[in-house]
Amino acid sequence: MAQKVLIPINGNDVAPRFDLATEVLIAVGGGVRAKIKEKIVVLSESSSEKLCQLILAEGIDTVICNGIEEEHYQYLTWKRVQVFDSVMGSWKSVLKRFYEGTLKPGEILYKDAD
Amino acid sequence: MQNRVQESLDSVIDLQSVIDEIPMGIVVLDRDRRVVFLNRSLQALTGFSHKEAVCVPCHQILRNRICLKSCPTLGMHTDSKSESCETDLINRDRIRVPVHIHLAPLKDKLGNMMGFLETIEDLRPIRELDAKISQAYVFAHLVGRSPQMEKIFQILPVIAQNDSSVLITGETGTGKDRVAEAIHHASGRSKGPFVKVNCGALPETLLESELFGHQKGAFTGAVENKPGRFRLAHNGTLYLTEIGDLPLALQVKLLTFLDDQVVYPLGSTRGFQANVRVIAATHRNLEQMVREGRFRADLLFRLNVVRIQIPPLRNRGDDIRLLLDRFLNELNSRFGKKISSFSKKALEILKSYPYPGNVRELQNIVEYAVNICQERQVLPQHLPSYLTESPAWTPETVPNTELASSGKSSNFEPLDPDGHEQTWAAAERRMIMDALVKAGGRRSRAAELMRWGRSTLWRKMKQYGISTK
Repeated sequence: MAQKVLIPINGNDVAPRFDLATEVLIAVGGGVRAKIKEKIVVLSESSSEKLCQLILAEGIDTVICNGIEEEHYQYLTWKRVQVFDSVMGSWKSVLKRFYEGTLKPGEILYKDAD
Repeated sequence: MQNRVQESLDSVIDLQSVIDEIPMGIVVLDRDRRVVFLNRSLQALTGFSHKEAVCVPCHQILRNRICLKSCPTLGMHTDSKSESCETDLINRDRIRVPVHIHLAPLKDKLGNMMGFLETIEDLRPIRELDAKISQAYVFAHLVGRSPQMEKIFQILPVIAQNDSSVLITGETGTGKDRVAEAIHHASGRSKGPFVKVNCGALPETLLESELFGHQKGAFTGAVENKPGRFRLAHNGTLYLTEIGDLPLALQVKLLTFLDDQVVYPLGSTRGFQANVRVIAATHRNLEQMVREGRFRADLLFRLNVVRIQIPPLRNRGDDIRLLLDRFLNELNSRFGKKISSFSKKALEILKSYPYPGNVRELQNIVEYAVNICQERQVLPQHLPSYLTESPAWTPETVPNTELASSGKSSNFEPLDPDGHEQTWAAAERRMIMDALVKAGGRRSRAAELMRWGRSTLWRKMKQYGISTK
């Protein structure tokens, strides 16, 4: 089944903090879809609450991020959104690992790249 | 570069284990701002082990707000000074932690930039302590750590959250105005106006128009519409100070307002629905005034929804010392003085004085001392002479403390041994009553007995709320 993923990004990397991200990557892939469809959304301001609203409005299945506060983590989980937090690395490699099914929360991918 | 910094850490002294023992978060970064070393404290704070963090860009591990907004390492070079700031981080446990960071460039012996050294201090214990201290000793501008004041600090935020009328009682100078302001600022009406009216400062006719407003042409001189303080305080708080001095006629009008929240300006038939919270204050004993017929019992019951009795300073124990130090600090900075403290003897005098004028008097005493004192310490000779020259303070010179603190009385007029008031007003009222009793209730005869004109007697009876009916 196709999975819709959202990653708060900072340049080429996963953004260090969910609440301070001003750009997000939304990707759809997996299941029968051979190709991953990606789009980058620029936010007007950094705000955890607005980001949570966007996640629910877009019908996101999984959020991959680095630092996130417990309150927002619990909120998203309660809304049945899967959250992979403390993930570090370039968003491209993170996304690849996710659709390969090998990504875990807390994964640090910088060392793989080095 | 990573290796060079690592080599420095592996020098003759085992620097890593030394840094590990320091009870403050320390991180060593290379020139590309990647983590080289993370000490044990920082591992505990961030939740990342040294192994996990090595070679990872520092902003991904530390997740500081400042890293993303304006990283202090950017633009830092060998000649740069260290930088420090307060920010916050989100650790692996998803907790936002307030931190103080200090960043300095790391240089080799030749002065070449090798990387950065960052210390990170967890501010949570300090913040918690600050919150505790401020909660216990201060509310708005009120200061105190005596049990009575702590009790007031605890109930004020709760009182502020509802719209009930509040009656503040306490001796003069205890801070009734401050309490009223604090309630307003802590309430949902804080964005609205805070209008203060001194009921004792204006004659009755003026006060009525001041409070309720008037319509153009309502009386001679009313050349335009005046909104009145109730209307001005719409969506805010109206603070009626010296409510005990409010004339009886206006007490009825205030009572009507408290009942239906509608203000009728003088000369107007159309009312205005005012959304106003009323806070009243007085230093008088309203219960006593009710018994004497000078204050309406029904108004007292309506105002007395929430009662705050502010204790006199002499019953507040250690608060005297706390307030002395606070005013000394404030006045030092205001007058540009460098007085460090009070001498032991001056402190003894100040602590034993009963402060009939309460906090206001204490503030004035400190202000006098700060002005006079040219030394580093306030000595007895710097205090007002009435403190040092007068004999020891006896209970007779102090207002009745028991009644004042019990909340049963906030009228601090001196009492004679029989419990009767010794003011002229009370004596005059008693004289009128005696004369009326002798005259069998006939006012003309009573006026003759008192050698007053009938109109004088009538005016005085009205003033004291005496009715022959």
